[in-house]
Amino acid sequence: MRARDERSRLASTGLHTALVGASVIAVFPVAWVLLTSLKTDRDTWARPGELGTLGLGNYGQVLGDTQFLTWFGNSLLIATGTTLIGVLISATAGYAASRMRFPGQRPLMWLFLVTQMFPAAVLIVPLYNVLSDLGLLNSYAGLILAQCTIAVPYCAWMLKGYFDTIPVSIDEAGRIDGLTPFGTFWRLIVPLARPGISVTVFYAFITAWGEVAFASVFMQSEDRYPLPVGMATFVSDFKAEWGLLTAGSVLVMVPAAVVFFLVQRHLVAGLTAGGVKS
Amino acid sequence: MTTTTLPAPAEAPAPVPPRRRVRGLLTRHWYAWAMIAPVVLVLAVLVLYPLAHGVYLSLTDATEMNSGRTIGVNEIPATYEFIGLENYFSVLSGADGAFYPRLLWTVQWTVICVALHFTIGLALALLLNRALRMRTLYRMLLILPWAVPPFVAAFGWRLILNDEGGLLNAVLNVVGIPGVDWLGQPLAAKVSVIMVNVWLGVPFMMVALLGGLQTVPKELYEAAEVDGASPWQRFRAVTLPGLRPVSGTVILLGTIWTFNQFPVIALLTGGGPGGATNILVTEAYERAFQGIRDYAGAATYGAIIASMLVVFAFSYRRWLQRQASEVLG
Repeated sequence: MRARDERSRLASTGLHTALVGASVIAVFPVAWVLLTSLKTDRDTWARPGELGTLGLGNYGQVLGDTQFLTWFGNSLLIATGTTLIGVLISATAGYAASRMRFPGQRPLMWLFLVTQMFPAAVLIVPLYNVLSDLGLLNSYAGLILAQCTIAVPYCAWMLKGYFDTIPVSIDEAGRIDGLTPFGTFWRLIVPLARPGISVTVFYAFITAWGEVAFASVFMQSEDRYPLPVGMATFVSDFKAEWGLLTAGSVLVMVPAAVVFFLVQRHLVAGLTAGGVKS
Repeated sequence: MTTTTLPAPAEAPAPVPPRRRVRGLLTRHWYAWAMIAPVVLVLAVLVLYPLAHGVYLSLTDATEMNSGRTIGVNEIPATYEFIGLENYFSVLSGADGAFYPRLLWTVQWTVICVALHFTIGLALALLLNRALRMRTLYRMLLILPWAVPPFVAAFGWRLILNDEGGLLNAVLNVVGIPGVDWLGQPLAAKVSVIMVNVWLGVPFMMVALLGGLQTVPKELYEAAEVDGASPWQRFRAVTLPGLRPVSGTVILLGTIWTFNQFPVIALLTGGGPGGATNILVTEAYERAFQGIRDYAGAATYGAIIASMLVVFAFSYRRWLQRQASEVLG
């Protein structure tokens, strides 16, 4: 058989040109923010052709003169909390939906799909009242729960699809060895579902990390702000601290990048299985 | 389980009493129900209840002025009234002036964005699905925008698209093309928000479709090749049908997400200039949080948005199922 991947030199050049072009477009805006953050002269951001003096001055200012580190910690706490709670509860629900037959199963799957359709922007007002009644306004727990409502429906839907691709015979073997259904899920299925779980971890973390609408309404005191809300205070009607904003943006991307590199190996496999079965 | 409420079942009764039936269901299904309980609880308290409350608000004339609130020690009770479907009439008749233009733009925005997400994502997935050098590097670079928080992406793009001192205009000027007020003119602003959203959304499609491509059996390609099918024919007859399960799901999700894409528009143009880039969701948010807060109006928009998406999802899935059954049999 002829190897399908033997290409002419021309085709190969075309392939690499297209991919390099696409990669440049994908990376460029991020690289541009990084470059701008290194420009220490005031107003050089407005003259894209000039570099001026490059240095880490903006970073020093962000870390030293603002509450950036507090906000960073808040965001880290909120995003990690959302990821842990969101993925855990959507995994158990996804497992039940995948393996057990019970009344309410189909409505549950529709619930996962339909709750993604309600614009968060519209839920804010009533949700504000609910959190206020529960005494959870301006608290980490309240915002974590609110962020879970964004992450959970997709994660549960995804994971149900992923669990469907794992053979049921594994569960049966576990049950024969005397494991409870939850034990089977926790000890056998979760380790096998690592790709699917990686995708949901990535999704939940990224979503919570960058979420603005809920965060800006539910957190009211400056020391509780997560990053997006806190950084918005760098921009006012009178001045925009572009140096602080760009340096802050670069620092914001670091944890997202870390999570991304931890899970990226699994992204393709995880997303596929979840997508094929729905 | 103890039997304190019911007498011991000495005789087998022919019709099962309702309470027994409930208990039977419980003993059989309590494990599954326990496992879904946390999710159902969270979604019920934090999505379904607020949603029901939102639907109720849409039937009232609630605004910031007549809602209950606390000022200092004084508690002002809510004085808004139930007005039935009046809000819906005013929105759907076009009397509020904003709904139909916003709807038209929302549909254009969704169709253009999802079409571009899908075609660009598919093209890149096809390129990456070959044996080639540096494939992992390309894949990582191309997924990168997905890992960028939307507010950072919006900010980075504003640095590029800015009217004064933006990079894009500077480059255009060098080439000799006059600069465009990318975020300040209605049409240019629409192009800008679509561009940024495409940049953000392609990686998800690409990764999902790349996975989908890897599930298409290699034998099918080989068989098609033996039959003398051209690359284009192989794409039409093998790749696209093989991708159908994945593409059905990602197009459905992509449509829902794009229709409700709040951060890109809110952070890039704030719906401006003059509301030109406001989609229904950002319009609803503006009503709820700007000027005199019109809670009822925002809730009405929300209810209309959600019902349109529910109708779309039902009919799309039915269409997919019909397609699938036609192909299979």
